[in-house]
This record gives sequence, structure tokens and C-alpha cells, in this order.
Amino acid sequence: MQTDERFTDATWPASPEKATLDGKNKYLGFWLFLGGETVLFASLFATYLALKDKVPNGDAALAKDLFELPLTFVATMLLLTSSLTSVYAMYHMKNNHFKQMQAWLVITVALGFGFLGLEIYEFNHYVHEFHHTFTSSAFGSAFYTLVGFHGGHVAFGLVWIISLMVRNAGRGLNLYNAPKFFVASLYWHFIDVVWVFIFTVVYLMGMVG
Amino acid sequence: MANEQSNSANPNVDLKYRRKKNAEEMKHQVLSFTLMIFFTLLAFAAVGIEGFSHWFIKPVILLLAVVQVIFQLYYFMHMKHKGHGTIALFLFSGLAVGLITVLVFLTIVWI
Amino acid sequence: MSTYANKKGFGATLWDYLTTVDHKKIAILYLISGGLFFVIGGLEAMFIRIQLAIPNNDFVSAGFYNEILTMHGTTMIFLAAMPLVFAVMNAVVPLQIGARDVAFPFLNSLGFWLFFFGGVFLNLSWFLGGAPDAGWTSYASLSLHSEGHGIDFYVLGLQISGFGTLIAGINFLVTIINMRAPGMTYMRMPLFTWSTFVVSALILFAFPPLTVGLVLMMFDRMFGANFFDVAAGGNTIIWEHLFWIFGHPEVYILILPAFGIFSEIFATFSRKRLFGYSSMVFATVLIGFLGFMVWAHHMFTTGLGPIANAIFAVATMAIAVPTGIKIFNWIFTMWGGSVKFTVPMLYAVAFIPTFTMGGVTGIMLASAPADYQYHDSYFVVAHFHYVIVGGVVLGLLAGINFYWPKMFGTMLSEKLGQITFWTFLIGFHLTFFIQHFLGLMGMPRRVFTFLDDQGFNTGNMISTVGAFLMAFGVLVMVINIIITSVKNEKVGNDPWGDGRTLEWAIPSPPPFYNFKQLPLVRGLDPYWVEKMEGKKEMTPAEPLGDIHMPNSSILPLTIASGLFIAAFGALYHMDDKTWTLPIMIVGLLVTFGSMFIRSVKDDHGYHIHKEDLMDDKDKGGKA
Repeated sequence: MQTDERFTDATWPASPEKATLDGKNKYLGFWLFLGGETVLFASLFATYLALKDKVPNGDAALAKDLFELPLTFVATMLLLTSSLTSVYAMYHMKNNHFKQMQAWLVITVALGFGFLGLEIYEFNHYVHEFHHTFTSSAFGSAFYTLVGFHGGHVAFGLVWIISLMVRNAGRGLNLYNAPKFFVASLYWHFIDVVWVFIFTVVYLMGMVG
Repeated sequence: MANEQSNSANPNVDLKYRRKKNAEEMKHQVLSFTLMIFFTLLAFAAVGIEGFSHWFIKPVILLLAVVQVIFQLYYFMHMKHKGHGTIALFLFSGLAVGLITVLVFLTIVWI
Repeated sequence: MSTYANKKGFGATLWDYLTTVDHKKIAILYLISGGLFFVIGGLEAMFIRIQLAIPNNDFVSAGFYNEILTMHGTTMIFLAAMPLVFAVMNAVVPLQIGARDVAFPFLNSLGFWLFFFGGVFLNLSWFLGGAPDAGWTSYASLSLHSEGHGIDFYVLGLQISGFGTLIAGINFLVTIINMRAPGMTYMRMPLFTWSTFVVSALILFAFPPLTVGLVLMMFDRMFGANFFDVAAGGNTIIWEHLFWIFGHPEVYILILPAFGIFSEIFATFSRKRLFGYSSMVFATVLIGFLGFMVWAHHMFTTGLGPIANAIFAVATMAIAVPTGIKIFNWIFTMWGGSVKFTVPMLYAVAFIPTFTMGGVTGIMLASAPADYQYHDSYFVVAHFHYVIVGGVVLGLLAGINFYWPKMFGTMLSEKLGQITFWTFLIGFHLTFFIQHFLGLMGMPRRVFTFLDDQGFNTGNMISTVGAFLMAFGVLVMVINIIITSVKNEKVGNDPWGDGRTLEWAIPSPPPFYNFKQLPLVRGLDPYWVEKMEGKKEMTPAEPLGDIHMPNSSILPLTIASGLFIAAFGALYHMDDKTWTLPIMIVGLLVTFGSMFIRSVKDDHGYHIHKEDLMDDKDKGGKA
């Protein structure tokens, strides 16, 4: 099968992401990668939990002092919603509706940028208001590493999705790029999964004390 | 997927069926998203409203997070579909390794 | 293919290898670079033994000794054993499951180049101000206070090569899950493929903790973070845990492929089906599973408390059960078989008692209270050399001898092979058996010398003599390889005459597309099944058709080299030099630029047409 062949709605396969061996391999390989990423983030969570509120002296800010509900709430809503919009994008991919898929991806990316902007604002806020920096304490190092790793994943995901959209804008869907879009959306969901634990374990439980 | 690679003699019938299937699935997705948002609100409310003991809040918000992640994995990431056995095996193995790591870092690191 | 290759000049051949995505050529690249690092690690071992040959020796200084011992351990584990294991896996696994290549040929090449540049980076430390000197475990309380850039080379070099390993692991998993030939069910897979499968899963879950540990160490040393700095609230035990959560599975990552190789060799040269195939599979999976819950036995004396020590001690001892199953199955495979003592078989037979001794001392070490006595003594050194040299290295030597004809189409000399075998085996036992007793007598490990009246003189001298015997054995092997390559006498599909699995059904070396038609697998040991029915070749599972092949690419090399460049920037960053930031940016631009090109430039591969395949007659080695 030629992978760059054009399809009509009727010939477009039901699971375009897994219609070729290449697609199947990508799909499975990416899931396995996510299995490894699970361990990676678990290790970072573990490090954070071991070092939470571990500071050199009494003046340093603790989790309780730092975190605020409203900011975290808005960030969470942005990222959760972007997960739904990428589901919409994949829905349209399965129906061979390229334009709609691109449109939903644009919304996804916009929400992702919103999230990233909030995170940058937040870090900036902690540094300047609380002198809670990457180098100020073990707690600071662990916090910025865990949340920053997640933020880095968001940034990478944005670049990835944008380059996919730009690269394929002129030529529509085929069995060569369908798995790529699908895998990128899986990645985006995984970022969301990690965030669910971050807002629960780091922020909410940090505020509880 | 139930209709994977199915090609009946008449592609248009098949197409209609598939479209309907996909639309139905999308409905489930929106529903699970609504639930996820609801769980998030509950978790934030549990922390935001004064008066609950943290012995109550912590397990509850963790449970809410776990349920929410199950929705993400099984609906948004399609793990409820057939053919995800291997994937589930590897994901949960990773999760097991990760949980042991977290447990150890909460107990035997000299704290 | 080979006649075509012969006509190419040196430059074209070099370019071919730099850009190759063919698993067989990547295997050769792994073999050459792994072999090179093995020689470097071996030289470091020789320096250690020369220094320790006599008391109060001043062959090397104490500081330099620390660097040598650190680099010996690190090089042997990460840069010699791992790539040599990957060499055999790449050469054999796709053939054993009847696949034309791995699932991600591009990533396969990327994995190799990441490993290679990481290894080169680490070894450049010798010339740039000193090698790492905190032991291969690089415990944070030591390494944070190590001066110079040695530890930084360790952190960045291992980080880069670790990415390569992770990629290779995912690649093999997908290959084995998705690309098996028709009829090749999981329970018909050869044991080497099974062990590759389990090992790849271990890599997938064990390398991320190492990545995290190295990132934390990098942040602490280069960017002012405080993960391990107790004064700022940090905790050095975190490094120990992260390192061993990776480090213990790592030793299973090394030993399981050796088990797989030996399983193939025992069955082949006993000319008998492997005894207890399904229990062997079960034992392999179980070892992989238990391998993740025992890491704290390296930390018994850290002070984790009696409950933790008890749990990890019991879990560790449990691993003896599946390993015992394997030992007995190998013995029963030979029992009643028509055994042929070729060089690979000699290694296999010698492996059983040697490895069992390492296993027994392992059980001794697993008893937490007794471990307080053995800890950090030469007893531990003897133990892990018995399992790693007696298991992994014997396995690799056996595997290289066994698969050499499949990789290169020529047979290594049996006579020289036997000389290597005997000198290496005797030298090995001379070197390390005595070290058990040195340890029990109280000789601590990682100490650069000892005094005259401590009673360690004779033992250490014996040990050094043994090390020279091992070095002689390796030298003979190198000579063997050179002679064989110069002679270049080509052999047929099944040079050992008793091949059981699919790789022996195709020419040596195989054509670049491996199988003209994918074979139909009708049982365990599929080639043997066909032989027993009087057939000379596999039944094809498909008509002759076009074969889809991936394109070669230089991008894996450029992606890896970008990280190599960026690592220099990160390394000198803490010296407040102005050029470090630009270097980091340039390096990352090369890496991400190459990744960007890879993702926007379509790569559909190409097809070999049916007509060309029909002309391409299988004539022995000339495919």
C-alpha cells in the first residue's frame, strides 16, 4: 500500500493510525515510551515528596505559603480542556475531516500556550515574591524540577503539534501522517495525566499541609 | 475496535455505520470530560472549603485523581478498546515500578 | 550484495556504515565499538592488578587509582557489556523471529550513535582534566565533593548513552511484539529472543530512574541545585536509591541475554530440544519481575532499618529459585544429548559451575546480617566478577564465537578459540577465586594499596598472574579474528551443521533484506522441524513480492553529535566561561534541527522489486 495515497471518506480506514505496519509500530512503540515516562515522572514525584518542605532555615517559604488555589485551578482547566479538544481533533481525523481536525488542534495549541504562560508567571511570582528559587533549597530544586519537567513536556508537545500541522497543512491526511497526529495526541493526553497528579499531589496536598 | 478493518460490500453503508459509531464514541468522550471536570471541582472544593481534616482530604483527592486518570487512559487514550492488552501490561508494570519508588522515597530515605 | 559491496572504496564503505539503518550493520558497529571499550576497560583492569600485585606499590597514585577503578567499572558495564549484548541482539533477534528488520530502523541507528558519542564523551575525560573518581556507583556524598570535571563527564556521558539504550529497548520490544513471522507465536520464540524481550522491558523501566538520578546530579553539580546537599535540606540517600533502582535491574539486563545465548548453544550442540522450554520462559520472566524488588540489598548497611532489610533479603533470595530452574534445565538439556564440544559449547559448559559459584556467594551476601561483614570487602568484588565475567563475559565470548559465521560469513578458528577459552577460564578463576578469601581476611575494596604484614601478599600476586592470563586469552582472540578475516573463507547457511532456529536457514551473512519470502513457522526450533522432515529450507509463508526497505540516513549521527557538543557547554558552564552558553545552544540546535528535518522530510523508504529478487539467487554466502 502506498502510504501517501489519497483517500475518500469511504476508503479511509476505521483506525487510520493502525492501518499500516509502520503505524502499528509507532502506536505500540509510543505507548511503551509512555510506560517508561511513567517511571520517569514517578521518580521525580518520589524525589519531590522526599524533599518537600526541606529547606535550610526557618525563613524559607514552604509549600503552604506558596501555592494558591485560583491560579492552579485556571491552569488545570486550561490543560484539561485542551485534552478534550485534542480528542475532538482525533474524532475528525477518524472521519477524514482534515480541516476540522486542524481547527481543533489550533484550539488545543492555544490552550497549551495559555497553560505555559500561567506556569511562567507562577514561577516568576515565586522567585520574586518568596525568593523561592531553584537554588535556594532542596525543596526549591525538587519543585522546579518536577513541575518544570512537566512544563518542558508541554513546550515540546506544542512544538511537535505545530510542526505537524504546518508540515501537513498543504496535503491533508494520509496513512503516513495519520499515526503521527494520533501519537502526538496520545502524548498530549499523557501530559494531562501527569498534570492531574501534579495538581493533586503538589498543589492541593501542599496547601493542605 | 469493533469495526476495525471491516469493509462490507457497500462502502457507503459501512461509512454511515462508522460515522455513527464515531459520533457515539465522541458523546462518551464529552461525558467523561464532564465527569473529569466535576472531579476536579470536587478536589479543589475539598481543599478550598475550610473545616475538613487533612486526614479526610488527602485520600479523597488522591482517589479523585486516580479516577480521573482512569478516564483519561481508558476513554481519551482509548485503552478500553480491544487490542490494548500488551499496552496495559507495560503501562501498569511501569506504574508498579513507579509506585514502589514513591513508597520507598516516603519511607526509607532517612526521613 | 557482497560482490556489490566489494567494489566500493573505503570512503563509500565508511559512509555506508555512518548512515546505515540495517540491523546487521548496526550489530557490527556495536561489536566494534563495544570491543574497543572492552579493551580499554581491560587495560584499566590490568593497571589495577599491576598496582595491587605487591604491597605498598606506587605504580599509580592513589587519586589516579580511584579514576582507574571508576572508569573500569563504568566502561565495562555501560560501554562494553551493554553494546556487546546489543551487538548480538541486533545481529540475531530479527533473524530469529523471521523479520526483515527491526521495527524502527532509524531509531536503531540513533540508539547506536547516542551510545557511541556518550561513551567517547566519557572517555575524553582522561585527556580533559581527569576521569571520574567516585566509583561506578558515584554516590552523591562522594561525587558532589569530587574536584575537577570527572563526575561531570560521568553524568553527561552516561546520560547520552542512556538515551541510546532506552531507544534500543523500546525498539526491540516493538520488533518482537509486532514483527514476528507467520506462525511464530510467543511460545515458539527462541530463548534468546525471549530474553531480549524481557531485557528490553527491564531497560524500559530501569533507565528512567537512572535518567532522573543523573539529571539531579547534573543540576546539583552544574546548575546549583540542592538535591543531595544536606545543608540546604537535600538528601544523599535519594541518589543511592535512584542509582540502584536502575542498577540492580541493570545486572539482569546484562545476564539474561547471556542466559539466552547459552540456551541456544546448549540445545544446538546437544542436538536436543531445550529441556523445559516453558519453564525457561517462565524463569526468565520471573527473574525480570523480581529484579525490580531487590535493589536495596546493595544498601543493607546504609541504615534502612531491619524491616526493609528483611524484605529485600527475602526477595533477593527468591531469585535463586528461577535461576536454579535454569541451571537444572541446561544440565538436563545436555543429559542424553549427543554433545559436541565446540568452542561455544566449551564456554557454555564452563559457565554452569562458574556462574553457580557466583550465585552461591550472592545468597551469602543476601543475608543482611552477614552482609555487614562482607560489605565493601574483596568478597563482594569476587562475587560480582563471578556473575558478570563468569556469566556475562563468558556468554558474550560464546555468543560471538557462535554467531560469528552468521554475522561475517566466516568461521573463527576452533584451535585458537580453545586456547582463548582455556587461558581465559583458568586466568579468571585464578584472579577472582582467591579474592573471596582476601575479602574474608579483611581486604577492603577500592583501596589503592595494602601493607606488607597484612597477609594479602600471596593472594594478590596470584590474582595478578590470573589477570595476565585473561589478557593473553583476549589477545589470542583478537589474533584469531584478524587471521579469520584475512583468510575470509566463506561458509554456508548452517556452518555448525546443527542450527535449530530461523537464522541458520538463510545465507551467512544474510542478504540485506534477510528473508526473500517470510518463512512459515511450524513449531519451536522451526528450522530443526523442517530438517527432521527432510527439507532443506523453510516453507515460505507468502508469494515472492516487492520488499519495502528503509532509506539510509546521516541524521541519527547528527542528532547524537549535537548532544555531544552541547554536553561540553553544560560541563564547563560552572567555570563561568563565556563560550559555554553558545556551545550549548549550537549543540542543541544541531540535535533539534536534525530532529526537525527528520520529522518534516517524508521518508517512505524504497522497494526492492520482485524481478530483482528473482535474479538474486541464493548462492551460499553470496546473497
